[in-house]
Amino acid sequence: MDEVFRALADGSRRELLDRLRAENGQTLGELCTRLAMTRQAVSKHLAILEEANLVATVWRGREKLHYLNPVPIHEIAERWIGKFERSRLQALSDMKKASETE
Amino acid sequence: MSKPVFVYVTYIASTPEKVFKALTDTDATAKFWFGNAVTSDWKVGSPVKFHREGKLIVSGKVLEHDAPRRLSYTFQSHHEPHNGTEKPSRVVIDLEQQRDQVKLTVTHDDFTPDSKVFASISNGWPLVLSSLKSYLETNRVLYAPWYEEQVKREAEKAAS
Repeated sequence: MDEVFRALADGSRRELLDRLRAENGQTLGELCTRLAMTRQAVSKHLAILEEANLVATVWRGREKLHYLNPVPIHEIAERWIGKFERSRLQALSDMKKASETE
Repeated sequence: MSKPVFVYVTYIASTPEKVFKALTDTDATAKFWFGNAVTSDWKVGSPVKFHREGKLIVSGKVLEHDAPRRLSYTFQSHHEPHNGTEKPSRVVIDLEQQRDQVKLTVTHDDFTPDSKVFASISNGWPLVLSSLKSYLETNRVLYAPWYEEQVKREAEKAAS
């Protein structure tokens, strides 16, 4: 779990996760095109995310595809969010979203 | 081969044999898969069915059964609101022993364009995998949000 928090404690890595959330299954090259980061930096961040299991990879021929893996984040939520709190939190989050987009 | 739509990975402190058994066993799936009990003879081409409280939830066909490494089946949702109207998609589960743990990878693809099942699945798998991990490591299963809703409705019914 330490690895997950360490991996998430960096804005660039969170941005990479956002990119994968928007479009899952991107190659390193695809991820680099719209980012103000060097290929080496992106590659290093992806390795840290993969190490923390926040990114899962699949080889398709010679291409390595990157997928956002939400399972560890889910495990964190399960640990601290109780059985009955979830629906209340969902209501709060919906309310926040609704009031922020108005 | 199309690009997989979802890839989920979890690491479980267990053996591939135990994980494979849990994924293919009626009683085990009923426990960790929030009441969804799987039945199949697991021969290639045979039907796979998930029932919850007597209702058919998911059906499919066995594509691959290579214990304890790989399990694959087609996946058609029969529960609300899909009711079996969408063409089946495909699930592949790979197990790999890594030192004292098992790397479990779920890839789910072959969705129809504009699939609605797709959205339910993106919420479903992380929950199922966390619950499976808990079940095998600590013999404790997790709660599904849709169960909370059900419990609430039943409590309201009982109170009125």
